[in-house]
Amino acid sequence: MAAGAQAAGGTDWRLRAAPLIGIIARHRVLAAVIFLAVFPWLAPYKALAVNILIFGLFAMGFNLIYGYAGMLSFGHAALFGLGAYGCGVPIAKFGVPWFIGLPLGVVTAGLASVVIGWFATRSRGIYFAMVTLALSQVVYYVVFQWVSLTGGEDGLRGVNVPAIDVFGAHLSIVDPTVKYYLILAIVAAAMWVFSRILASPFGAVMEAIRENERRAAACGYDVNRTRWLAFILSGLFSGLAGALYAIHLSIVPIETLHYFTSAVVLMMTLLGGMGTFFGPFLGALIYLLLQDVVTVVTVHWQLVVGTLFVLLILFFPRGVWGSLTHWASR
Amino acid sequence: MTLDLFLLQLFTGLALGSIYVLLALGLSLIFGLLNIVNFAHGQFFMLGAYVGAFALGLLGNFWLALLAVPLFVGALGMLAERFLVRPLYGRGIDYPLLLTYGLGLILLDSVRILAGTEGIPFPAPDVLSGATDLGLFFFPTYRLFLIVVTALVLLALWFFLEKTPYGLIIRAGALDQEIVQVLGVDVARVWLIVFGAGVALAGLAGVLAAPIRGVFPEMGIPILVDAFVVTVIGGMGSLLGAVVAGLLVGVTVSFTSFYFPQTATLSIFILMALVLIFRPRGLFGRAGALG
Repeated sequence: MAAGAQAAGGTDWRLRAAPLIGIIARHRVLAAVIFLAVFPWLAPYKALAVNILIFGLFAMGFNLIYGYAGMLSFGHAALFGLGAYGCGVPIAKFGVPWFIGLPLGVVTAGLASVVIGWFATRSRGIYFAMVTLALSQVVYYVVFQWVSLTGGEDGLRGVNVPAIDVFGAHLSIVDPTVKYYLILAIVAAAMWVFSRILASPFGAVMEAIRENERRAAACGYDVNRTRWLAFILSGLFSGLAGALYAIHLSIVPIETLHYFTSAVVLMMTLLGGMGTFFGPFLGALIYLLLQDVVTVVTVHWQLVVGTLFVLLILFFPRGVWGSLTHWASR
Repeated sequence: MTLDLFLLQLFTGLALGSIYVLLALGLSLIFGLLNIVNFAHGQFFMLGAYVGAFALGLLGNFWLALLAVPLFVGALGMLAERFLVRPLYGRGIDYPLLLTYGLGLILLDSVRILAGTEGIPFPAPDVLSGATDLGLFFFPTYRLFLIVVTALVLLALWFFLEKTPYGLIIRAGALDQEIVQVLGVDVARVWLIVFGAGVALAGLAGVLAAPIRGVFPEMGIPILVDAFVVTVIGGMGSLLGAVVAGLLVGVTVSFTSFYFPQTATLSIFILMALVLIFRPRGLFGRAGALG
């Protein structure tokens, strides 16, 4: 075996890398959490690390619908944004503590995804993308015009999070390290749930529908219901990410609801590798680090991102993690 | 509401709808034949307005500028099809959509770099400014011109598709590409032309809208969503649907902004939701054929 591997040159590395990738794939939640636990020391600064956590979670939720269920949603900004406003408005306007605001944000996004999902999952393929895009614009305009509650164009301000005492420990979210690990704990729990969903029979049905909808229907699975449920689940993860975003920034910019945000999360998922567990997190990491570097040099970030989009689609449709696992399993 | 006021709102809606019709026609033409949703459509619309403004400055003639825009923007569209979109045929419906989205971002930032982030003025020519007496009411001449131009474009497009050999090939291609290919038609060239024509329509819509809406880099961003809503209401890939839904949406916006200005931006989405409840494929929707 060794002789053959060495004779083939590059194969040697692949043989060594494959078991490692196998181990990481088997204990995916643990591997991700270990990496994210040491990540603050690798990132340029803590606020960026928190952003990567949040957008990684958002991209993971988006990946559920796009990568696993095979439906391209262009409206996830609405679910992320409603998670943020649903959490931020009670905190800023009614003085609710953050640990109540957080589930409220998730519930708001969940209710929205029930409604949006009901409309959108009646349609297929490209219609689905159009309908989700249009409905997310509805959310955008409603929030934009409801100035008294949402702050309208200026965004929602004053989502302040005072320190709390839990089990005798004094927790101040203003401290970046505390904030990072608190959010990491929540993200890790979400990741675990996500991993369980993928491993469940429901996850298998979802992928079956992606691969061949008619066959799944012929096997007796309720296709529309599965698609709707997948959309709602995806919306809950996105909403959680949005709620965390509101707490992280202490404000909610109206741009979180813009369809450009939907494109950003799509870009992250593609960059990392759609339909893979680590891909979206890796994509969020690369995207935000790149943005951090590029925006120092030039204001034309969209030119860079657009070019990246085009090159990815043309040459690396599998994304970084997807290409890596493909190369290892070849 | 008196009759003259009603007619005024109706005509205002038709003028607005004309822009939507041109945009949606381009989208539907491209979708119906190439099965591609062109997310760069809004940016080609914006590019049309900019090219028009520069051509106006260069040539000093509105009519020449109006002619130059579809040619230039169409040529750009053909380049995009040849070098970016073509490698993606047969690779699913998502990839071209995402690629054109990226292309749109490139166009948007390129215009910002070349022409600045501030808007530029685009005055309507003297002949078309002012108002025209339509018997019962006075109507802005430029908006009347919009309706007339759109009607002429529709007529030309109808003639091209129904009465010329090229139109026959295009209609056949929409029904069954393989058979058309087997019959010895160079399908790749047909797609090139169709993509160029669809994008040219977006550019034309942009330059026509410029005197009303102004010319600025972000002008294509919100209207892209409006154009999508129009195509979803009409049925994606349906040309008749694009026309009917475009006018319907224009008139809806016009009347709601008169009666309930708060909900004007929302009205078209409500219209879309209503249509989708009863007809999930839109008013005239069929799978991937020009109707």
